[in-house]
Amino acid sequence: MIVVEDLHKHFGGFHAVDGASLEIGAGSITGLIGPNGAGKTTLFNVIAGRLKPTSGRVLMAGEDITGLAPHDLFHKGLLRTFQIAHEFGSMTVRENLMMVPSAQSGETLWNAWFRRGAVAAEERAIRDKADEVLEFLTISHLADERAANISGGQKKLLELGRTMMVDAKIVFLDEVGAGVNRTLLNTIGDAIRRLNTERGYTFCVIEHDMDFIGSLCNPVICMAEGRVLAQGTVDEVKNDERVIEAYLGTGLKNKVVAHG
Amino acid sequence: MDILNALVAFANFVFVPGLAYGAQIALGALGATLIYGILRFSNFAHGDTMALGTTFAILVTWGFQALGITFGFLPTALLALPFAIIMTAAFVLGTDRVVYRFYRRQKAAPTILVIVSLGVMFIMNGLNRFIIGVGEINFADGARFVITAGDFRAMTGLTEGLAIKATQAITVVTAVIVVGLLFWFLQKTRTGKSMRAFSDNEDLALLSGINPDRVVQVTWIIAAGLATIAGVLYGLDKSFKAFTYFQLLLPIFAAAVVGGLGNPLGAIAGGFIVAFSEVMVTYAWKKVLTYLVPESMAPDGLVQLMSTDYKFAVSFTILIIVLLFLPTGIFKGKSA
Ligand SMILES: Nc1ncnc2c1ncn2[C@@H]1O[C@H](COP(=O)(O)OP(=O)(O)OP(=O)(O)O)[C@@H](O)[C@H]1O
Ligand SMILES: [Mg+2]
Repeated sequence: MIVVEDLHKHFGGFHAVDGASLEIGAGSITGLIGPNGAGKTTLFNVIAGRLKPTSGRVLMAGEDITGLAPHDLFHKGLLRTFQIAHEFGSMTVRENLMMVPSAQSGETLWNAWFRRGAVAAEERAIRDKADEVLEFLTISHLADERAANISGGQKKLLELGRTMMVDAKIVFLDEVGAGVNRTLLNTIGDAIRRLNTERGYTFCVIEHDMDFIGSLCNPVICMAEGRVLAQGTVDEVKNDERVIEAYLGTGLKNKVVAHG
Repeated sequence: MDILNALVAFANFVFVPGLAYGAQIALGALGATLIYGILRFSNFAHGDTMALGTTFAILVTWGFQALGITFGFLPTALLALPFAIIMTAAFVLGTDRVVYRFYRRQKAAPTILVIVSLGVMFIMNGLNRFIIGVGEINFADGARFVITAGDFRAMTGLTEGLAIKATQAITVVTAVIVVGLLFWFLQKTRTGKSMRAFSDNEDLALLSGINPDRVVQVTWIIAAGLATIAGVLYGLDKSFKAFTYFQLLLPIFAAAVVGGLGNPLGAIAGGFIVAFSEVMVTYAWKKVLTYLVPESMAPDGLVQLMSTDYKFAVSFTILIIVLLFLPTGIFKGKSA
């Protein structure tokens, strides 16, 4: 689905992404792990068009999408969430979700004036959809709350909800579970799995919670210092010497050794 | 004590002029605040956009008058307004294409864009003077008064008269219609919502599939429309002079900042706050007071806080007070 070829992103002299090459298979839920500052978010930013790469290419289904604008990528079905939740603060939670499906007939002034009925029907459908998503994320009670006022964890859910408003092809989730409680994290995990099997979404998930990654993702890619360190099943990556050294630490290594 | 006459004098010299002036400032501030919200810089060329829009309106008005087309008791300029808006919008979109887009692509800092807009301002100012000259132009035709002071006196038998100029009534009615349309657009249409979304959080708007070029274009068109309308209304009410519009920049930005930059509702409130402050501070209250206090206490002086020559100091003072004590304005804008 997505192929990243020798991608570099430099900030001044600092190489945040330093020759990363990886592949995200169509229909997979790929995990992306790595220590803080490994360049995971920067990689997402480059893939999703928020930052221009210094060099390298990004392909989506064989097509070169390097440097395309975020809104163009959105229309190709590439969505992402932010590690630090973003929201349209002056709008309600429901309106935030309703902003997502674009190219609606209400878009043109002509339709807004003269095809009121059609526009209204469409709005209603989008509204129902938004309510469904809120229900699913167990935040229906926040529908009419101003998005600026909801909690950090709730904003994370809103981020996820946004990707559920359209038929995406691939969704990049940047620590969507951080700051969200256990029960809800499981719900989110189920949601991701269902979207994957029922709707065929491909996912790329950044998480620091290894249990969450373990139960959800295959394969798992580990990054460090802007490069891909290891790739494979969760267990393979977990037991990789370099990964243990760079990320998981010797504490876990001992645990892994002790267990197994 | 003569409360009725005092009230009429107040309405005649303070309330009605303040209302009309406030509506003009509010429309100007609305355009400036929209640009700030979406494009994220204070557009110093906004005053001259108003001037250029008015110039276009005057030219079209003259054209209509030459052809013998008038608008009955309404000024011909209102008929010319749609054409002037289209011309101004085209000019402003051209400016964006040639100048601002370059800096947007470079992700230039707002301070740089402000200076760029200053350059655009000088060019527009020069161009405008080249087209229409520097002289005073009076282009208001149609009826002069809705009600004259004499009629009012005859009707009510009061000593004081209340005159309402046609241009004042037109200003207020037009402003109400325009503001109504604008808020309908921002609240109800998809494009309007995209603009609000873009103003709230640009990054997220982009990732929600909102096309930034389109949002920017629509914003310029609306700002050009608002500027032209504000300019024409101001010109009808006072008279047109290429220079005066440049001076309106101060009250307009004072209004936008008072209301909270980027906040349309705030711009309107700010417009009236600035306008009424200006009118009240520079009005000689002697007449109104004489009606209100016993004869023995009637004031000798004019009871004028400030000469009208200093009216821009009022905006300036308001601006400073707001920036010191309420930097995001009364309606919580994006901070000044
Ligand atoms: N805009 C920027 N300018 C300069 N340096 C940046 C910028 N964005 C990221 N960096 C640097 O790039 C490195 C990688 O950051 P990134 O956010 O991609 O890490 P990450 O893997 O997502 O970490 P975390 O797990 O903490 O989220 C960091 O050292 C960071 O300081
Ligand atoms: Mg990160």
